Amino acid sequence: MGLFAFLKEKFSKKDKNEKTEKYEKGLAKSRQAFASRLDDLSKRYSSVNEDYFEELEQILIEADVGVSLTIKLVEQLLDKSEEEGITDPAKINEELVDAMFVGYVENGGNITNEIQFRDSGPTVLLVEGVNGVGKTTSIAKLAKRYMNKGKKVLLVAADTFRAGAVDQLKIWASRLGCPIITGKENGDPASVCYDGAKYAKENNIDLVIVDTAGRLQNKANLMQELGKMNRVISREIEGAPHETFLIIDATTGQNGVSQAKSFKEVSNITGIVITKMDGTSKGGIILSIRDELGVPVRFIGLGEKMEDLEEFDLDEYLNGLLVGNGK
Amino acid sequence: MAFESLSEKFQGIFKKLRKEDKLTETNMASAIKEIRVALLEADVNFKVVKAFTEDVKSKALGQDVLTKVNPGEMLIKICHDELVELLGADNTDIKYEKGLTTIMLCGLQGAGKTTSAGKLANLMKNKLNKKVLLAGLDVYRPAAIEQLGVLARQLGVDFFEMGTNSNPVNVAEEAKKKALAEGYDVLIMDTAGRLQIDEKLMDELKNINKIIHPTEVLLLVDAMAGQDAVNVASAFNNDLRLTGVIMSKLDGDAKGGAALSIKYMSGLPIKFAGVGEKLTDLDIFYPSRMADRILGMGDVVTFVEKAKEAFDEKTAEKEAKKMMDGNFTLDDLLRQMKMVQKLGSLQSIAKMIPGMPKITDEQTAQAEKEMKIFESVINSMTPYERKHPDCLKFSRKNRVAKGCGLTNAEVNRVIRKWEQSKEMMKQMKQYQKSGKMPGGFGR
Repeated sequence: MGLFAFLKEKFSKKDKNEKTEKYEKGLAKSRQAFASRLDDLSKRYSSVNEDYFEELEQILIEADVGVSLTIKLVEQLLDKSEEEGITDPAKINEELVDAMFVGYVENGGNITNEIQFRDSGPTVLLVEGVNGVGKTTSIAKLAKRYMNKGKKVLLVAADTFRAGAVDQLKIWASRLGCPIITGKENGDPASVCYDGAKYAKENNIDLVIVDTAGRLQNKANLMQELGKMNRVISREIEGAPHETFLIIDATTGQNGVSQAKSFKEVSNITGIVITKMDGTSKGGIILSIRDELGVPVRFIGLGEKMEDLEEFDLDEYLNGLLVGNGK
Repeated sequence: MAFESLSEKFQGIFKKLRKEDKLTETNMASAIKEIRVALLEADVNFKVVKAFTEDVKSKALGQDVLTKVNPGEMLIKICHDELVELLGADNTDIKYEKGLTTIMLCGLQGAGKTTSAGKLANLMKNKLNKKVLLAGLDVYRPAAIEQLGVLARQLGVDFFEMGTNSNPVNVAEEAKKKALAEGYDVLIMDTAGRLQIDEKLMDELKNINKIIHPTEVLLLVDAMAGQDAVNVASAFNNDLRLTGVIMSKLDGDAKGGAALSIKYMSGLPIKFAGVGEKLTDLDIFYPSRMADRILGMGDVVTFVEKAKEAFDEKTAEKEAKKMMDGNFTLDDLLRQMKMVQKLGSLQSIAKMIPGMPKITDEQTAQAEKEMKIFESVINSMTPYERKHPDCLKFSRKNRVAKGCGLTNAEVNRVIRKWEQSKEMMKQMKQYQKSGKMPGGFGR
């Protein structure tokens, strides 16, 4: 059974759980433009030809899947269609879903999405990304998630640069009722990290989440600053940061790959959080990032509410984007 | 900088073409295909890419191209003309009313509205001498109002807010009342980020629009935005009748193709470009210059204009004479370096000059660090020492080094640099006398 049929069966038969509903709801707008276009395409053509594949290419590119990965996917489909004599457009579309799934899974090992906690002592999560992707909001959501699981969470406001950034995180800390370490405005972010690490050790914190200032990946000195923060944290807490999440905005185009590449150079990115997936963007860039760099997506932002940050689940994502319920 | 790799790609394509003396269907086809891929990788919308490449193809395949001596140049010209058309032919300024000009900024979350509000306020206050009122309408994002307040304080611009429990429509109304009553020239309203499909929040903007009738409704577009940007823009445009676009984060390495698509699809002019994190980092968007940059010709015009602004001509003339005469002091060296610094970061300058794309970010960061060292060393000298650097022997050097917290080696480096510059001036004077220019100019 192909994946497409599998997804259809899996998600139509059983009573939908909360997670599936969240995915389907969050991805509804993206699906409208993506799945319905695929559907429409397969109805317009009685059998696949050059024009068909060209339109398929367009749909993928417009989902920000990226030129090279799109070409790779379409060529795979062309081969398959020739080798196995598949001419039914609907069949080809199912093969596409398969190819996207297999490509994603093959390009990196299996990984648990949840943050991996150490046996003892604080676990440190560093959160990075370019400006305006939703770092602070994602941190609040992650904090809430792990507080609900009974973890003692500490927020560290190491964005000392952007006006109002510390205030923003402070408001979240007080709403969540968790401790927060802040530094001076325009102060050295590494020293805030140091204070945070010290506090965490002395107060039996389970999870330290460090918010960093947004930075464009081509600013050499700002990227070096991340390196320094990494060094300071690792001096204070063994093996820290244990997790480093790169936040990527779903509306990002091809630059997302450059972002992942550059941040990976200065820090050990263990996962991606893709935000703002509740809009009309398809977030196809995460496939390109996975294809080129092998970095997995760990969490996905499906809405504005605190609970709308979900563990990334490829089945759910592809179902939400391609199969789903209703158009 | 944006478009850099696109221009690199174009250069690659044209280099291939330069080797052939005529444009043929075949070699055109591969070039066009590469242009298509380059544009798609720059996030230019698929439909726009299609239209653009069709245009170029049909024009380039015309007879007059085939008969030209240098087909490569011809193709550059066609691409350039098409790109200029795509980007909009004119540069467009803010429309200022006789009385109060109202500006509303809107866009998706994280596009850069608040920062741009600060930058616009800075531009209007400090360059155009306008009396500006900033109003914080983002009652949703935690600390958004605080953020704008901090920027307003930094700029010395008045700030209006009614707290987070207020209705943004009311805030807009009250802000406008205040602005009218107190004789402000410009009111800039910073609204909360929202998805274009969020009906409730879009209605809020529609209501503000209806009540305030802003002179300008500007959409913030992230230079990193992907294919969906055109849909976002058209939705905002349908609901709010936008008057223009501000592209943010153009100082990144994103190519910004999406903003070009918006211009092409909706006809909205791109009025400003955000080019850095400082409040002064807002540029007017020049379509034709951007097209030049895409084609790898370098943003020479922008460079020249910036240079003009930074250099006061008369001082420059005096400076030049002094330097040529050999009376070149450390003060002069510092002043010279500061002038260069005023041009903007070394990085942004280097990237505007054609044929200089190879300076790495590390190198430019290094050069800027170097400048700071020079400044602190020279600032630690007495006025006499600066005029007569020759007098700097061991004990004086020691004192200077201590004064600026650097080593003797660094003080020596500054002096050596001064000696080199002085030597260069002398040589230039000799060249000038003999009527020859130093090498590198002309062919």
